[in-house]
Amino acid sequence: MGNKQTIFTDEQLDAYQDCTFFTRKEILRMTHQKGMPFPCPKLHGRYHEMAPNVVPMDYTKDPDVKLPMQLIINMPELKENPFKERIVESFSEDGEGSLSFNDFVDMFSVLSEMAPRELKAIYAFKIYDLEKTLNKLTREELTAEEITLVCEKVIEEADMDGDGKLGFADFENMISKAPDFLSTFHIRI
Amino acid sequence: MGKKKKCALAVIMEDAGIEIDGQVESDTESEEDEAKEKTPKRKPRREAVRPNRLKREKQQKDKEEDESKEEDNGPRQNRASKRKKHQRKNSDGKKTEEGVSHKRERDKKAPNKEQKDSENKEKKTNKEKGKERENKEKKERKNSTPSTTSSSSDEESLSEEELAMLMEQVEQKKKLISTMRNKPWRMVKKLSMLREAQAFVEKFEGALGKGKGKKLYAYKIMMAKKWVKFKRDFANFKTQCIPWEMKIKEVESHFGSSVASYFIFLRWMYGVNLVLFGLIFGLVIIPEVLMGMPYGSMPRKTVPRAEQATAMDFSVLWDFEGYIKYSALFYGYYNNQRTIGWLKYRLPMAYFMVGISIFGYSLMVVIRSMARNANESTGEGDDENFTFSWKMFTSWDYLIGNPETADNKFASITTSFKESIVDEQESNKDENIHLRRFLRVLANVLIICCLCGSGYLIYFVVKRSQTFSKMQNIGWYERNEVEIVMSLLGMFCPPLFETIAALENYHPRIGLKWQLGRIFALFLGNLYTFLLALMDDVNEKLAEEDVLRNITHWTLLNHYNSSVGNGSTATPPPLDPADVPRGPCWETTVGIEFVRLTVSDILVTYVTILVGDFIRACFVRFVNYCWCWDLEAGFPSYAEFDISGNVLGLVFNQGMIWMGTFYAPGLVGINVLRLLTSMYFQCWAVMSSNVPHERVFKASKSNNFYMGLLLLILFLSLLPVAYTIMSLPPSFDCGPFSGKKRMYEVIQETIELDFPLFVAKIFSYVANPGLIIPAVLLMVLAIYYLNAVSEAYQRANAELKKKMQMLREEEKNKRNNKATTNSAMQDLEDLFKPSMKSESHPKHVEDKKTEPPNKTSPVGKQGKAAAEDGSPINSRRGAVLTPPLRMLVTQPPTPGIRAPYPGQPRPGAYPEGPVPWRGRGQPRYPHAAP
Repeated sequence: MGNKQTIFTDEQLDAYQDCTFFTRKEILRMTHQKGMPFPCPKLHGRYHEMAPNVVPMDYTKDPDVKLPMQLIINMPELKENPFKERIVESFSEDGEGSLSFNDFVDMFSVLSEMAPRELKAIYAFKIYDLEKTLNKLTREELTAEEITLVCEKVIEEADMDGDGKLGFADFENMISKAPDFLSTFHIRI
Repeated sequence: MGKKKKCALAVIMEDAGIEIDGQVESDTESEEDEAKEKTPKRKPRREAVRPNRLKREKQQKDKEEDESKEEDNGPRQNRASKRKKHQRKNSDGKKTEEGVSHKRERDKKAPNKEQKDSENKEKKTNKEKGKERENKEKKERKNSTPSTTSSSSDEESLSEEELAMLMEQVEQKKKLISTMRNKPWRMVKKLSMLREAQAFVEKFEGALGKGKGKKLYAYKIMMAKKWVKFKRDFANFKTQCIPWEMKIKEVESHFGSSVASYFIFLRWMYGVNLVLFGLIFGLVIIPEVLMGMPYGSMPRKTVPRAEQATAMDFSVLWDFEGYIKYSALFYGYYNNQRTIGWLKYRLPMAYFMVGISIFGYSLMVVIRSMARNANESTGEGDDENFTFSWKMFTSWDYLIGNPETADNKFASITTSFKESIVDEQESNKDENIHLRRFLRVLANVLIICCLCGSGYLIYFVVKRSQTFSKMQNIGWYERNEVEIVMSLLGMFCPPLFETIAALENYHPRIGLKWQLGRIFALFLGNLYTFLLALMDDVNEKLAEEDVLRNITHWTLLNHYNSSVGNGSTATPPPLDPADVPRGPCWETTVGIEFVRLTVSDILVTYVTILVGDFIRACFVRFVNYCWCWDLEAGFPSYAEFDISGNVLGLVFNQGMIWMGTFYAPGLVGINVLRLLTSMYFQCWAVMSSNVPHERVFKASKSNNFYMGLLLLILFLSLLPVAYTIMSLPPSFDCGPFSGKKRMYEVIQETIELDFPLFVAKIFSYVANPGLIIPAVLLMVLAIYYLNAVSEAYQRANAELKKKMQMLREEEKNKRNNKATTNSAMQDLEDLFKPSMKSESHPKHVEDKKTEPPNKTSPVGKQGKAAAEDGSPINSRRGAVLTPPLRMLVTQPPTPGIRAPYPGQPRPGAYPEGPVPWRGRGQPRYPHAAP
C-alpha cells in the first residue's frame, strides 16, 4: 500500500470509485510507467507520463495542475481519433482543452465501457457537430454537395420536433436506437 | 440554512460556557474531586448542553462544576450535542404528551439531583476510600442517568414530519452517492458533492433510528456499508478474474471491435468448456482412475495380445490406438461395476448423468446468453430510420488506436457514406433486374451443386474407409482419408462460395449472412454425412458383435473346461486379460473418430494460420524489396482476419465436442487445450501477420447470430447421442453400460436398487406415456400462449410508437416553447458553460446544434445552410445562462422544506449547538403551540 498512499489517500480513491466507472483495480492498477521510479496507479501514471515535470506525484493535497490539449491528444488512445480535440475540449473545465487530473479521470470514466448510454449520449452530443464531424470522418473526401445532402438527410431523419435543428432530445432519441453507439463510443485505458 | 445559524448558536453557547466558567472559579471544590468528576462523562455532558441557568442556580455546586468541566472542553461539546440529537430522535412520537410530561419531568428531576447531591457528599467524606468505591459510584451515577435522559428527551423531540423529511433527505443523499457516477458533471463538482453527501449521510443516518431500535439500526447501517463494500470488492475481484482482457484490448485497438468479438467468443467458449471439463474430469475420469480397477486387471482395460508389440509406437498412439485406446480417455475403458471404491461411487450412473448434464448445462448457458443479447439489442427495431445519423455519429470506433486501422476506418466510412448517398440518389433505379435474378439463381444452383458434391465425397470417403479398416497394411493416407478430405473441403469451399457469391451482387451485409449460411450448410452436411457413415459402421459392428459374443463365451468356457479336463487339482490359472477375445466396442470407435477429427481440425487450423497468414506475411514483407510489383498493395498482400470462418470453425468444433464427449470423455480436455492454445496462437497471428479489415463486420449484431448457430449445432449434436443412448444396445464387453440392453437402463437400475419403492413407483407413473403426452401437449400450449402474448405486446409496442410519432407531429405543429427544462438538458447546458466563455472562438462556429436561428425556414435548407456556411451559434448556447438546477440537490435542508415551520430552530438538523431557550419547561416549539 505504501506506494499507493503516496499519491492518493484511501478516501480519495473511494471517492473516485464512487464518482467514476472505474473499479478500484483500474484506478490502482500498478503499471511500470517509464520515467517513474516505482509502480503507480494507472490513471495517474498515464497522466503523469505526459508531463513528468509538471504533474506532481503527490495528489493527496489536490494540487491544481492542468495539462494542455496538445499533450492529451497525443495519447495513443486518442491519437487516431478524428474528434480528439473536441473530446478534450468537452471534458476540460475551462473549455479550452486543458485537462486537470480530475477532468482526465472524468473523460475516461465517461468513455469507459461501464458508463450508461444516457451519460454517453450527453457527452457525445457535446462532442459532435454536424459538418465538422462529417469532414473529419471522411477526411474531406466528399464534395460539398454530398455533404449538404448528408446533413439534410441527418436532420430529416433525426429531427423529431421539426425545428430544423438537432436538439439534445432528438440526438438522444436517435442515439438510443443506434446499435453500435455503446460499442463504439468507448475507450479502454 | 447553514452557517449563520450555527454561528449564532455557537455564540450563545459560548456565552453560557463563560458564565459557567465564572461560577467554577468561585467554586471551592478540591481538585481531586474535580478529577473524579471528569471521568463520568455521560451525565454531565447531557446536562452541559442545557444552558438552563435558572435551574442550575438552584442546584448544588458540584453539579455545576460538572457542567463547567464540560463547557471547558471544546470538542466535547460537539459530542454532547450529537448525543442530544439522538435523544431527540428517541423521543419521537412522544411529542403529544409534551405538555403533561413537563411537570412530571421537573418532579422527577428534583429527586434525581438530590440523589446526586447525597452521592457527592458521600464522596467528599470518603475521599480516602480507594478507587473501587469511586467506580461503584460512577456506576450508580450511570444507572441514574437514564431516567433523566428519557425525561429530558421528551422536550427535545423532533416532529414526525421533520424526521420523515430528514429520512427522505438521507435517502436522497444515498441515492445521489450511488448514482454520482451517472451525473454528467465535472469531476470537481462530483467530488465535492460526494463529500458533502457523504458527510450528510454520516451525520444523520445514525440518528435516524427510533427508540430502542437505534442500535439495531446503526448495526444495520454498518452491515449495509460492509455489504456494499463487499459487493464492490467482489465486483473488482470478478473483473480481475476475467482472463486475456489486455490481450483482447490490444487486438481490439488494432482491428476494431469486430475482430475482438471473435476473441471474446473464443474466451466465452473456453469458459463453457472449462466447466464441462470440470464436470467430466471431476465426476468421471478421476473417480475411475483413483477407485476403479487398475489397468490390466480385465480385458477391457488391457491392450490385446496381438497389438501389444506396437501399442507404444508413436504412429499408433497418434491414431489413438494402442495404449490410448485402452485408457480412461475413452468409453470402452470403463467398467460396468455398479459401485466402485470405498465411497461406493456409482460410476455408470455418474457417467450417464454427466453425459446428460453436459448437454443440459450447454443448452442453459447458450440460451441464457442469447436471451441477454436479445435484451441488449431491443432498440434495433427500426433500422432504416436513421441510416445517415448513425453513420455520422456512431460509425467511428473509439477503440481504434492504430494509424493503419484508422486509415481503413476512414476509408470504409467514406465508402459507406458514398454508398448510402448513391443508394439515396438512385433508390428507385434498378436496371436489368432479370439479369441479376438469373445470376442469383445460377449462383444458388452452383452452390447447391457444391454442397451435394462435398456431401457425396464425404460419404464416399467414409464408405471407403470402412473397407480400408478391414484390410491390413494400409498407409497413413488411407487411414486418415476422411479427416483429410473433410479438412480440405472446409478449407476450399468457403472461398469458392465467396467467389460464386460475387455473382449475386448482394448488399455486403446480406451477402455475409448468405455466406455464413452456406458455409454452415456445408459444414453441417459434412458432419451429418460423416455421422451417417459412422452409423453404418456402428451397425456393422453391432452385427459383428453378436458373432463375437458367442466366441468369447466359447473361449472362456473352453479355457475352464480344458483346465478342468486336465484333472489338475489346483484351480485353473485365470486367462490372461490380454488373451480374451473381445468385441469391436463401437462406442470407443466412435469416440476415436471424433477425437481424430478434432485433432486434425486443430492441426489444419494451425497450419492454415501458419502458412496462409504468417508465411504469406513474411513473403510479402521481405520479398517485396526485390519484386516486380508492390506485393503489399498488389496481389498477395497481407491476409485479413476471417471472422466468419473462424467463428464457424469454432462453432462446429464445439458441436463435435458435444457429440463425441459421451464416447470419449477425454475429448473435452483436448478441446480446452485447443482453445487455450488458439487464444494465444491466434492473438499472435493476428497481431503479427494480419491486416485490419477493409469492410468492417459489425460485431454487436452478429453475436446473436453466432449464438443461434451454436444452439442449432448443440441441438443437432444432441440428436445422434440421444439416439444411441435410447435405441442402440451398448457393447457387451466394454464401457460402463455393458451387459445392459440399453444405456438408459442404468437409471432404472438405480431407482430400483437404491431408492425406496414408492420412488420407483412414482417414476414409473411419470414415465407413463399417458402422462408424458399431456405434459408435452401442455408445453406446446404454453409456448403457443406465450408466443401469442409476446405478439400482443409487440403490437401494443408498435401502437405506442405510432402514438408517440403522432404526438411528436402534433408537437411539431404547435412548437413554440423551446425552453424544455428537463434535467438532462440542464446538465447539458451546465456542461456547455465553459465553452461559453470562448464563444467567439472559431472552433464552435460550425457546431451542429448551431443551425441559424431563423426557425421558419424549411428543414432542408436549414441543414444546407448549416453545412455550407457554418453559421454562428444559435440560441442553445444562450440557454446555457439559465441557472443550473443542481442547487436543489446540494443543499440538505432546503429552505423550501423548512417553510412550514417559519423561524423554527430545528435543532435536529443542527447538532452543533444547544438551543438557548430549551429546557425551561416551555414547549420547544413556541410557534407551533396554540
